[in-house]
Amino acid sequence: MKYVVALVLGLLFGAFVFVVGLIYNPFIARQNLSPLTVTNAQTITLSYSGAVTDHIILTNDGESETKPFPTKVLLLYERPIRQSTVMVTELRDGRNQVAGIGVKISSLSERTDLLGAKALVDSIWYMYLPGKGAYFVEQSENYWTYLRSVVIAAHRSSANVWQGNWHLDTTFGPGALKTAKVTAGSGPYEGQVMLGVESLTTYVYSVSDGPISAQGRFIIELPSTLEADPESLADDGVL
Amino acid sequence: MCQNWLAEATGDSAVLKTFMIGTLLGIAAAAGGLYAFPAVDQHREMSIISVLPNGGNTESFHINVPMDRIMVGAPGQHEPVPPGLIWPTDELLADVRTELFKIRNSRDTVVGVAVRNAAKADTVDLIDWVLHLPARGSVFVNMSPDAMEGGYRIGKFRAGTREFATLTGTMTESWIVDTSGEEDAPDGRVELFLRFVSVKEPGK
Repeated sequence: MKYVVALVLGLLFGAFVFVVGLIYNPFIARQNLSPLTVTNAQTITLSYSGAVTDHIILTNDGESETKPFPTKVLLLYERPIRQSTVMVTELRDGRNQVAGIGVKISSLSERTDLLGAKALVDSIWYMYLPGKGAYFVEQSENYWTYLRSVVIAAHRSSANVWQGNWHLDTTFGPGALKTAKVTAGSGPYEGQVMLGVESLTTYVYSVSDGPISAQGRFIIELPSTLEADPESLADDGVL
Repeated sequence: MCQNWLAEATGDSAVLKTFMIGTLLGIAAAAGGLYAFPAVDQHREMSIISVLPNGGNTESFHINVPMDRIMVGAPGQHEPVPPGLIWPTDELLADVRTELFKIRNSRDTVVGVAVRNAAKADTVDLIDWVLHLPARGSVFVNMSPDAMEGGYRIGKFRAGTREFATLTGTMTESWIVDTSGEEDAPDGRVELFLRFVSVKEPGK
């Protein structure tokens, strides 16, 4: 009997050691900064608040840690869309002026590989910037280090809150250099396919409410052969 | 009694060996389980695609209005959808109307989410659709703002992801008023009809 008990305890202890090793694996390097953050090309920089209550709406299955907003929004409870989140937010330019509307739809990715430190989300953006056109963004994002350093840290905190300054380029593909694919549907860059990268800076995260203070940013690298007049964009604070 | 048993057990090298073997097995089982079973498994509804006689495929989706409306984002609404929605009042967004819907396949099962954005860009109207089906991918369609004879609009695929990345084609939108007279029937439905053809092999 004591051998059976020892074996079962050993199995549980082994599983525990594996989970701890997976989360705190020192050999998993932090993601490098995207090349777009140091590019010499002209870029469009858009920012948005990462706090849930600053969005226009946010909806999911209603059981996630991040609560839907406003509270009476239709939930995505049907099975095919249950693992998705939709966010509509105001986008601001480099001068913190309203630049347009952004809709982000994210779904948990089946390519997620926790053994390889990949907590992937397939996400798309539809961005409409009045006067500058509409943009469609395809990307996969890796939230592994965010989960490890912010979400799990918040759960471990006695106050169930994490506070700090955590910056992460979340874009993980499909570009070889971990860049997103941006297609301009209208406006000065209509038909152009460009690169983009999204980043998230988190300041306060609560287990009960999700991100309370956070800032999202999206950089689009403009084509080197500009067909549009960059001065007009610069005048508007978009560049 | 428990302490006695523990002391006895830990002093027993055979029990300690069993515990260590169990630990190794536990690590292996956890790693194997994580490798064998996917962490994410999106639910798939069977695609209902028809093949056209001259090549290409068609697929239709619809939106029951108002049941499938998630958001109607436009300035000056007296009864916002959803209740509590605060749409930005900035002048820049005065001519923008952004709507979010759940979309259904022809079996009336919700399979995805769609965005419809209508705006006046300078002198030209703009209507864009984005359809997102979590297990399959997304498609971005630019609609022609002018309605065709018969009251529908048509647009072209501009970009797509995953299953839709290799496709080119068109999509029509049309509004069908419900005439069933049933008590719980929707006011009507937005029909989205896709005609597409693959232009390249995936990954090429």
